[in-house]
Formats: sequence, C-alpha cells, structure tokens
Amino acid sequence: MDTVRSIEQEQMKNEDELDFRVGDVVKVHFRIIEGKTERIQVFEGLCIAMKNAGISRTFTVRKMSYGVGVERVFPIHSPRVQKVEVVRNGRVRRAKLYYIRERVGKAAKVSERIKRKESKTVTPASD
Amino acid sequence: MVGLLGKKLGMTQVFDENGRVTPVTVLQIEPNLVVGERTRDKNGYNSVILGAEKGTNISKPVLGQFPDGTEPRKEVVEVRDFDGEYTVGESIGIELFDNIRYVDVVGLSKGKGYQGVMKRHGFSGGRKTHGSKFHRANGSTGLAASPSKVFKGTKMPGRMGHDRVTMQNLQIVRVDQERGVLFIKGSVPGVRQGFVLIKRAKKKG
Repeated sequence: MDTVRSIEQEQMKNEDELDFRVGDVVKVHFRIIEGKTERIQVFEGLCIAMKNAGISRTFTVRKMSYGVGVERVFPIHSPRVQKVEVVRNGRVRRAKLYYIRERVGKAAKVSERIKRKESKTVTPASD
Repeated sequence: MVGLLGKKLGMTQVFDENGRVTPVTVLQIEPNLVVGERTRDKNGYNSVILGAEKGTNISKPVLGQFPDGTEPRKEVVEVRDFDGEYTVGESIGIELFDNIRYVDVVGLSKGKGYQGVMKRHGFSGGRKTHGSKFHRANGSTGLAASPSKVFKGTKMPGRMGHDRVTMQNLQIVRVDQERGVLFIKGSVPGVRQGFVLIKRAKKKG
C-alpha cells in the first residue's frame, strides 16, 4: 500500500498553499485549455463543502450568478487549480453548508471570522 | 505473446498534463524468473514458464522444477509462444512493457460467497410493491412433464466469484521503472496483493 501512497503524495500540493476553510469566500484560479491557448478563469464564491479523500480531495464553491445559484466542485490537487485565494474568512459551525442553498439574501450570509493575532489558524482537516 | 506476473497493489488516480483525472490500478512487477521452457521439438508447443515472488515453505514437488542456483518462487505460470529468446535462469523485468500500449490482465476475481440469481446472473427480479409476491426469486427453471427434469447448466443461485477472469484491452497509462510499477487504466480482477498475469493485448496493438 505504501507504493500507492507515495504515488499519491507525489501529485499532491503542499498543505500550506491550501489555507482555507469551509465558510470562507474564495477566488479559485482555474486554468482553462482551449485548443492551444491557455487562460485563467477566476471563480469566486463561498466554499460550502470539502470532501477529504486523499488525492481525490475536493471542495465545492457556490456563487450567485444573475440570480441563479452556481456550484462548482474542484479537485484540490488538480494541476488546473492554480491557486485559491481567500477573500474573506467566515465563521461557521458546520462542516457542510448545504443549508445555504435554501436561503437567499441576508439569510444566506456567513458572518466573518476574526483571526486571532498570536495563534496560527488551524488548517482544515488534512489526510 | 509476451506476459509477466505482477502484484495488484491497489487503485488510485493520476492527473494528466491537461489536468484530467484517470482512475488507475497500480501493479507491481518484480523481475520474473524464467523457470523453464517448453519447445516444439520436445513438448509439441512453445512456451516459457515464469516465476514471481520469492518464498519459503514451498512444497518439494514444486521446488523440484526450479533450476539449480535460483531461489524458489511462490507463483508460477506458463505463457505460450513467448516472443523473444530467453534462457532458463534469466530474469525478465518491467521493461518488457515499454512499447506496449494495451494489455490483457488475467486474475482471480474476488469471492462473493453464495449469491442469488439477480446478483449472480443479472436476472431482473420482480416488483417490490403493488402486491407483488415475487421479488428476487429465480422463477421457473424449465419445462413440465416433458422433459421432466431441469437441464444442466441452468442459471441458479450459488457460489459467485473466485473465478479466473481476463480483462481485455486495458490501457497502460504509465510504466514507472523506478518503482517497478505499471499504471493501468480502470480496474483489474482480484484482491489487493493478489497476483495477476499481464499480457500484451490480443486484439489491440
């Protein structure tokens, strides 16, 4: 089983680069390949879920686009996810924010998490 | 035909250069020992006998077939019409698969135990509701007074799995010489740590 582990480890990104949690508003820089040209698309929204599954770990980002809710699932370790920027930290008490889907307007808001100065924020559960 | 014995390590996924995810099975191939050979003149057909995985506690009748000066192997398999010349006592490594894109994999499928006809043979079964009293049973097994018997080979419940299964035309995603492992797209029959025979695909280049 160790060989399989090491193969996965090789493809995984550094944990430090992925310093965001469920509840944060994030900007996902996603590489899009169109024929020969390559460009980067930014998808900004609320991170509502994270599925921890080793190499196939994913996170879900939800945003409102022209009044319609749009959700995208990104594999964290995919080379196409170039970087994930945190716009705003959110304070939540759930691991999965699926309840947000039924809410609109102010009810769908997540309050801000204030980072303490001294203690380093804990990175989301890793594998 | 070329083939080697390998060990199934498990499944994972790899990203390709476009970031696409491919599910892969990781097969470990340690150099196979050429244990013996069969020739047209002597045996009526050509083949090479391969051994893998050094082991102890091998029974004497099995032990007898290994050439002098080699360590006995646990797994032994005969591959017919092996391409290329190999002498007994030689080792064949993973390099064999360098220019091969598709393979057939032979393995012993996982045992499923005693199973009903729906899982074992893919019968449709009956309705679960609306007053139905026929759910997962096998139904009729044949005709009446003539022939007044059930034909042999009729599909019925019984032991499932633990069969020799060949999966054809599996794509080789990568050959990792450093680790001595082969990445094969999709799944492969058998349990983890189980042995499989990997052969060049018969029907696909």
